[in-house]
Amino acid sequence: MASVYRKEDLSFTVDRDRLIRELGAILPGEGLLVDDEAMRPFECDGLAAYRQLPLVVALPETLEQVQDILRTCHDLSVPVVARGAGTSLSAGALPHPQGILLSLAKFNRILDVDNARRIARVQPGVRNLAISEAAAPYGLYYAPDPSSQITCTIGGNVAENAGGVHCLKYGLTIHNVLAATMVTMEGEVVHLGSEAPDAPGYDLMAAITGSEGMLGVLVEITVKLLPQPPARDVLLASFPEVEAAGRAVAGIIAAGIIPGGLEMMDNAAIRAAEDFVHAGYPTEAAAILICELDGNDDELADQVGRVRELFREYGADEILVARDADEKARFWAGRKAAFPAVGRISPDYYCIDGTIPRNRLAEVLARMAELSETYQQRVVNVFHAGDGNLHPLVLYDGNNPGEFERTEELGGKILELCVEVGGTVTGEHGVGMEKINQMCVQFEQGALDQFRALKAAFDPAGLLNPGKAIPTLNRCAEFGAMHVHKGQLPHPDIPRF
Amino acid sequence: MTRTQDMSQELVDQVHQALDNGTALEIRGGGSKRFYGRPVDAAAALDVGSHVGIVNYEPTELVLTARAGTPLGEIDRALAAEGQMMPFEPPDYTGSATLGGAFAAGLSGPRRPWAGSARDLILGVRLINGQGAHQRYGGEVMKNVAGYDVSRVVTGALGTLGVITEVSMKVLPLPEAELTLELEYDRTAAVLAVENWYRDGFPVTGSAFHNGCLRVRLAGSASAVEAASRAIGGTEASGGSDWWRDLNNQKLEFFTDGDTPLWRIALPPAATNLDLAGERLFDWNGQLRWLRSSESPSTVRERAQALGGHATLFRGGNPTDDVFHPLAPAVHTLNKRLKQAFDPKGIFNPGRIYAGI
Repeated sequence: MASVYRKEDLSFTVDRDRLIRELGAILPGEGLLVDDEAMRPFECDGLAAYRQLPLVVALPETLEQVQDILRTCHDLSVPVVARGAGTSLSAGALPHPQGILLSLAKFNRILDVDNARRIARVQPGVRNLAISEAAAPYGLYYAPDPSSQITCTIGGNVAENAGGVHCLKYGLTIHNVLAATMVTMEGEVVHLGSEAPDAPGYDLMAAITGSEGMLGVLVEITVKLLPQPPARDVLLASFPEVEAAGRAVAGIIAAGIIPGGLEMMDNAAIRAAEDFVHAGYPTEAAAILICELDGNDDELADQVGRVRELFREYGADEILVARDADEKARFWAGRKAAFPAVGRISPDYYCIDGTIPRNRLAEVLARMAELSETYQQRVVNVFHAGDGNLHPLVLYDGNNPGEFERTEELGGKILELCVEVGGTVTGEHGVGMEKINQMCVQFEQGALDQFRALKAAFDPAGLLNPGKAIPTLNRCAEFGAMHVHKGQLPHPDIPRF
Repeated sequence: MTRTQDMSQELVDQVHQALDNGTALEIRGGGSKRFYGRPVDAAAALDVGSHVGIVNYEPTELVLTARAGTPLGEIDRALAAEGQMMPFEPPDYTGSATLGGAFAAGLSGPRRPWAGSARDLILGVRLINGQGAHQRYGGEVMKNVAGYDVSRVVTGALGTLGVITEVSMKVLPLPEAELTLELEYDRTAAVLAVENWYRDGFPVTGSAFHNGCLRVRLAGSASAVEAASRAIGGTEASGGSDWWRDLNNQKLEFFTDGDTPLWRIALPPAATNLDLAGERLFDWNGQLRWLRSSESPSTVRERAQALGGHATLFRGGNPTDDVFHPLAPAVHTLNKRLKQAFDPKGIFNPGRIYAGI
């Protein structure tokens, strides 16, 4: 496909031979990849529709190498795209054609797990799940659990402010990361945040968390660990209509209960998941809710009873409480396998990531169904119901000419709908390259200017991940010209697809 | 019903005027935390206190949005009417504190180690930056990663990055039951005991230690509080929830007695003794240590830093000295650049957090 970078993102003049020479002096042997075939695995991240080879791939092992690489790139004005495991769903780690791809994969050591302080110090290339595994002997775990947690790295989690299915109660990455060591584009090492609460000065941890690799390169991260809850129960409730499930979610929260996890799946998602993992889901239900409650035994028994009553009150026609660990795992298995399950019923699918106020759910689902009809692409819905984060999956076949483009446009419309009802274009996957046009819809020029100024405070030369996350003035001007407001096409007579 | 008045246009106009005249502004809400930080060198005041009103509150969304001048008391009442609360328990020293001030100061109450801080609970702001641009950042939803997290960056910045005009925050249900227990303990053992109760799944929402006495607050479902109190023992504390409010609002004798400087020392969990002369009161299960001491600022800071923490001269002492813990040079540079990025002319609360910022 054509480059998704714009002309103004590609204004760097780089002498590749000189770059290879200078980086080669820093990174001996296998640490520097320059052949197309060797670099191929790095050409895309989890959003494989966007592909681009970098000039070189650098795989440093030491802090000093990271500093030297960044200093060299700074001196030669070479863009740098940092990468963890490359599981981003927004093309945040898409390489830049005039830049280097900086892989932190070799920074994969857990430096310290401190049981008494409930903290862990880790390198950025450590996998999310590996932290919880290292903490498990102490009865502790790292709370944010994005669905890619087996593979994704903590460095990428911080870059994207990753979420997961337990955010409503236990927070996002921003709530669970205490401190970080960062190398600036100039190659300087800075220590941000603190193991003590309320680090002095501006909250730079907040600035870098979710900054999508635009502000600096992390080389060490300190996370907070939580005690594993003494007990857990999982409920599965089926509803004859989606609206009733939506009302049940509001009802639980109105009753003062904050579940550890609260997930919704629509009929299409239920069927796909059931076919795939045989979780025991009711395939006739319009929607199911999976509700996880945790706490000490007395509290848990109390809450399970109340949630069961509430489900009944809001019209659930079947309510199951998992009887043992196996059944708990099975109830979750369907939800956790929803994406690959959808992958079995369609050659390709495209995952959207909008967040909406929960009370607009029924309206948003109805309008998404209309959009799905208009664009002739099926949409399957899974939903972090507790915190309003929607993941509609648009089904398509990339082999049919035009279908990806149509899907992409439909995805854009869904995100714009999220903004219209008071939500956001990305709940947890990041803007990256994918949603950069929709940033022009969500934010006014004054806010985008402020974002650019913030970026320049950390990276005055604009070399970190250029072209992503924050759109340029030109991009918004062009996108605005094409943009369709309130369903009115500028030229309704021209067929769009 | 709360009072409602939209003064945003007037506030934007005043910022533009200050920019035109090249004069600095001291941003004021309810004036309850004016003592906090370094003295501001500004020719005029910008009064946000009349920009008031709850703009949106949908209890089942767990989100409340209000204008910055809205008094915390009004927000507490509106939330309580729906059985909800601000989990970060912002202090209100004078009864005049506002929502904008609470987030500008970024101070959190006794529940913080278990329920999160002001910056953990903020979801969005409207902000007038140093160019006079009045813009919204973040939003009213729990998960939002579009753009940099400006809402959290301006939380605790004491108005030096811009004027907060509106805040959206996450709110939570009020606990069904609450109980404060009093126990005699050795200080180190107290910290460990509370940590273990928390790990056992008990709903700890406060842990303070003073004069050999541990107070632990339990708040959650009635069954959880009941189970915890059975396991913990001790006696029900006199004063109950009022005591925690007095601690948070610094009404206890520890805070009001005499004029010895008051230090706020934040430490990592399970830190050892600070070894400083003076009277001490622990909050946040030892992660926040209040110290009334005449020790030299450099001694207090050295000790705090040696334990991985930092020290703030909260009240008293020499006001033109550093109030907040000095930053490492590289971090100081980033702070200066960030100030430049938001307030290039330096018109907002100059000098309040550090000289030159």
